[in-house]
Amino acid sequence: MSVQMGEEQKRYQAFLKGRQPSRPWLLNSIRAFLSGGAICLIGQAIQETFVHIYHYSEQIAGNPTVAILILLSALFTGFGVYDVFARYAGAGSAVPVTGFANAIAAAALEHKAEGYIVGVGTNMFKVAGAVIVYGVVAAFFVGLVRYLFTHI
Amino acid sequence: MKIGQQTWQFASPPRIVSTASAVGEKEGQGPLGIDFDLVVSDPYVGQKTWELAERKLMEMAHDKAITKAGLERGNIDLVVAGDLLCQNISANFSARTHGRPYLGVFSACASSMEAVALAAALVDAGQADYVLAAVSSHNSTAERMFRFPTEYGAQKPPTAHSTVTGAGAVVIGKAQNGIRITYATIGNVVDLGVQSPWEMGAAMAPAAVATIDQHFRDTGRQPADYDLIVTGDLARVGHPIAEELLSQKGWNLSGRFADCGNLIYDPKTQSEVFSGGSGAACCAVVTFSHLLPKLVAGDWKRMLVVATGALLSSVSAQQNETVPCIAHAVAFEAAVT
Repeated sequence: MSVQMGEEQKRYQAFLKGRQPSRPWLLNSIRAFLSGGAICLIGQAIQETFVHIYHYSEQIAGNPTVAILILLSALFTGFGVYDVFARYAGAGSAVPVTGFANAIAAAALEHKAEGYIVGVGTNMFKVAGAVIVYGVVAAFFVGLVRYLFTHI
Repeated sequence: MKIGQQTWQFASPPRIVSTASAVGEKEGQGPLGIDFDLVVSDPYVGQKTWELAERKLMEMAHDKAITKAGLERGNIDLVVAGDLLCQNISANFSARTHGRPYLGVFSACASSMEAVALAAALVDAGQADYVLAAVSSHNSTAERMFRFPTEYGAQKPPTAHSTVTGAGAVVIGKAQNGIRITYATIGNVVDLGVQSPWEMGAAMAPAAVATIDQHFRDTGRQPADYDLIVTGDLARVGHPIAEELLSQKGWNLSGRFADCGNLIYDPKTQSEVFSGGSGAACCAVVTFSHLLPKLVAGDWKRMLVVATGALLSSVSAQQNETVPCIAHAVAFEAAVT
């Protein structure tokens, strides 16, 4: 258990207010908006390329677009560039599919030192695993609600 | 000899025979870069893994300190060393390399002064002629153990620290010359309820204050008796908090109070500094290679080094426990007063 929050602890927590710099919320939000938007713009450009040059339907063009973004993100993670970008972009780099690819590629790279089975295999989803688990759980409940609405 | 509540006084003061530091590129590019003995630009130090890299830095610092002392490995009676990794693997595995009698220590980032205090006590008591005290930390081993994979993109808050890559070592022994180690004040664990592992400065400040306050009470000394009182890695957030808390206790340290985490990087010219440096090596390399030479040069007479450590683990942080902290203080004095 944590330390008992006695008088001394409460007094110190009150004392700390204003004595620690807070995260620059507004600046971070603006950066996230711009860089997240930029990633999506690149994605859109790739999709338009598939639609107009290779004559894919808009729906089918989505899959290779995501694949290219994931590939780019994994490559930039490997080159040690993506984390530098993410430090600036914050949520702007974490929310799009590129952030998910970075989480998996970074964990895989990190644990290569422990071998391919117990290292890469076991730890690859260390950071991204929670997204998958709760993504599936959320999808189940959304699907359940949808089923109830359409069949009842 | 025990004086007061928590302080050891060394009757026949052990001396600093030699100091050595091996650091990474970022530390080498910082304001103190020219003071370090060895600067390694390769973050892997020519090794395969981050852990091996940290161990290599530790071994480089060991060897450099022994060479600078004009000794050989066989002359070292005991090695006291520590690091931040689970089961102290940097210190323990490098003890396999040097093969000398060895004691491992852990006080997180306060390990440097724990090692120095123990080494001095053992030399003072006559248990050893020469003791090598050393600590290490590596930015990437710390990142992957306490935070995220090194290449994972995460935005850190301004209260975060940057773990110092490096290792510091010091040979302490019975000698006629050299800086004297006169007092060590062993800290008690203080936890004032800070829970976030991103707020180590605020978490550790009260521990530093408790140890500094106790040191003055035990020794009867005043802040003015020291040319410099330096904390380990409170950095830009924790250091002013500690100064304020000390002034509330009636100790005015202004003008003679510094922090190794503030000294090692320049946030204006270096990226990824956040509030400042941390890690076991932070206090060690700054003290051994930058501050102690000022006592040798005669710029200062006395210095109190207060290494600060946050005793959390990644598991305790995930289980939302608050951060227990500790600080150990060691007084260094010029060869002749």
